[in-house]
Amino acid sequence: MAATMELGSETDPRNATFSISDEDHTLGNSLRFVLNKDPRVAFCGYSVPHPSETRINVRVQTTGVPARDVLKDALNDLMAMNQHVSTTFNRAVETFKANQGVNELSMKSGVTSQHSGSVKKP
Amino acid sequence: MADASSGEHEPELPPHLELQRTRVVCAPDAPSYTESVQYSGAYMAYGVDNSLRIEDFCKNLRVEIISMNEEDIEFDIVGIDAAIANAFRRILIAEVPTMAIEKVYIANNTSVIQDEVLAHRLGLLPIKADPRLFDYKSEEENANEKNTIVFKIDVVCTRKGERVLNSSVTSDQMKWLPEGSEMPFNTMTKFTSFGSSQKNLPGLPAEGISCQYPDIIVAKLRPGQAIELEGHAIKGSGNIHAKWSPVATARYRMLPEVNLMEDIQGKLAEELVQKCPTGVFDIEDVGTDSVNCLLQSRRPLWQDQGTARCVASV
Repeated sequence: MAATMELGSETDPRNATFSISDEDHTLGNSLRFVLNKDPRVAFCGYSVPHPSETRINVRVQTTGVPARDVLKDALNDLMAMNQHVSTTFNRAVETFKANQGVNELSMKSGVTSQHSGSVKKP
Repeated sequence: MADASSGEHEPELPPHLELQRTRVVCAPDAPSYTESVQYSGAYMAYGVDNSLRIEDFCKNLRVEIISMNEEDIEFDIVGIDAAIANAFRRILIAEVPTMAIEKVYIANNTSVIQDEVLAHRLGLLPIKADPRLFDYKSEEENANEKNTIVFKIDVVCTRKGERVLNSSVTSDQMKWLPEGSEMPFNTMTKFTSFGSSQKNLPGLPAEGISCQYPDIIVAKLRPGQAIELEGHAIKGSGNIHAKWSPVATARYRMLPEVNLMEDIQGKLAEELVQKCPTGVFDIEDVGTDSVNCLLQSRRPLWQDQGTARCVASV
């Protein structure tokens, strides 16, 4: 279960390091990207303290807002972005399948096969 | 170059900075500007806001499928940063769950393939089952119909006159046992405790659960050798073991853009079109002279990298 520790923000809530366990570059890099794009962020970065341990440290320094809120907003934004990519992708797949169906009506049978036969790649 | 905006429209970056911000340039020695400029305040001096709002992202995102079949899909995403695209790639390889054989109970193996090698090969067989129908199983849990799929291989190689039957064990000889394990044979308690048959699982394909490809050779036998075993498949993800990775591979790259620095005509143009092995260039006839025109559609082959270098030398 991933857990997050917030360090360094007792005196100043604007700057904090968040240590997130059970996460790696997959979350770290994309989170760093979203954080950077937030205008309230003065500095942000992430590191993996040791490659054998699945933990990342995310450092956030803001221009006045508590770092915790900025991180939460960044995570929510990341979720919203991914959700939007997912729906756009699904729509693109539907469009492609519909167009493919139209094309196959006038051509010989296509490549797709539903059974588990082996498909030889050229 | 000073920004000469009149103040009525949005301030814009000078062209060389816009190039740095949006393009990776493939120079003869090495690519430049590979780090994308992410910081929201990077261009404050020009008055340009580099931050990203969700609404703008949603408005600018476009996905276009180039080709798609049972085995692979290729698509373009426009308006996304390399960080997010890389995250998708990592998730495809390591965090999308599938079913794969984890425990192999071998009753009889008189072939030349060692037990552990056979078990390793079985684990790598791709299983055509929707992992969303199953739960994860931990070590301590009992194997039941909700978290385990049981397969059986029972093959004996015999000689029939001149011919040898079953000289190779293929993946289609791996039978699905929807009622659960049949081993150990002489006791009442089996290795799995199936409460009900898996045949009635909603969402199951009509032909049941099997290996994705029927012609994968698992082992080779000679007359007199036999293999009798049961494989139990559970749900897992690629970060634990590569057998659970659903993709052969997943990759992404930036969309290549080739700009001709000068007009090329006549003989030289035809030479250039011939030179490119993947056919990126095309000739466009303009009056009496033929002018080299760029085919903007990019090729799905990785050889495309060569074309950028080809143009730079012209």
